Amino acid sequence: MEQVFFFYFAFVIAAAAVLVVALRNPIYSALALLIMFFHVAGLYVTLHAEFLAAVQIVVYAGAILVLYLFVVMLLNLRQDDRYHRQWPMAVAVGSTLVIEAVILMAMKGWTTPVVATGAETTVGGTGNTEAIGDVLYSTYLFPFEVASLILLVAMIGAIILAKKDLGEPAES
Amino acid sequence: MTVPLSYYLVLSGIVFLTGVIGVLLRRNIIIILLSVELMLNATNINFVAFSQYFHDVAGQVFVFFALTVAAAEVAVGLAIIIALYRAKSTINIDEFQLLKW
Repeated sequence: MEQVFFFYFAFVIAAAAVLVVALRNPIYSALALLIMFFHVAGLYVTLHAEFLAAVQIVVYAGAILVLYLFVVMLLNLRQDDRYHRQWPMAVAVGSTLVIEAVILMAMKGWTTPVVATGAETTVGGTGNTEAIGDVLYSTYLFPFEVASLILLVAMIGAIILAKKDLGEPAES
Repeated sequence: MTVPLSYYLVLSGIVFLTGVIGVLLRRNIIIILLSVELMLNATNINFVAFSQYFHDVAGQVFVFFALTVAAAEVAVGLAIIIALYRAKSTINIDEFQLLKW
């Protein structure tokens, strides 16, 4: 049974990796990478690394990939005018999602059990999370602080690099 | 553990090689950065598989650090891409040869 899961995840991971490299449109590549991230998270769950699976989805799929898509669309926007043809569709899909969200918020009977089960699974994975936290804040405390320094440097670097008029004094 | 460790290593190797091929073949800087993400994920799979195999949680801690570095790399890399695009209005890697000897 475990092998079936492994081969499914492995096959999709390998196929999505090939697609990331092979596809011509960067947006499709990024979406293939998204599929790969989700399946890597599934692989982590089969390896009993539940905390890392959650972090993988939140950080990789949630933050990093959105940043990629943001930049892809930012750079392609000036070359072709796809945006203007797509915005009625975007409005339709977006308003549908908003209506769905409102309906779900109104149905409190549905939302509370979902939240409760989510909390329960987190508690169920506490063994893994607790072990990682123990090691991270004792043995690897110094690397942990260095990692925060890396993030700070990356943040400052990104702001300075993406700033306009680097050589000239900023007037605005 | 019914799945042998070598299977994970083979999978990781395949993904890592795909990333290397992407870095070497593609001419779009964004795809190159995505391929770097592929390679980082391949090493992460290795770390988690070994961590499970040796029953040591340290491997998962290292994946945590690799994730931090990946986030920093993406932030700086994308900022560089935006700066390059401002300078030359293209993200084709062949157009940037200032450092080529």
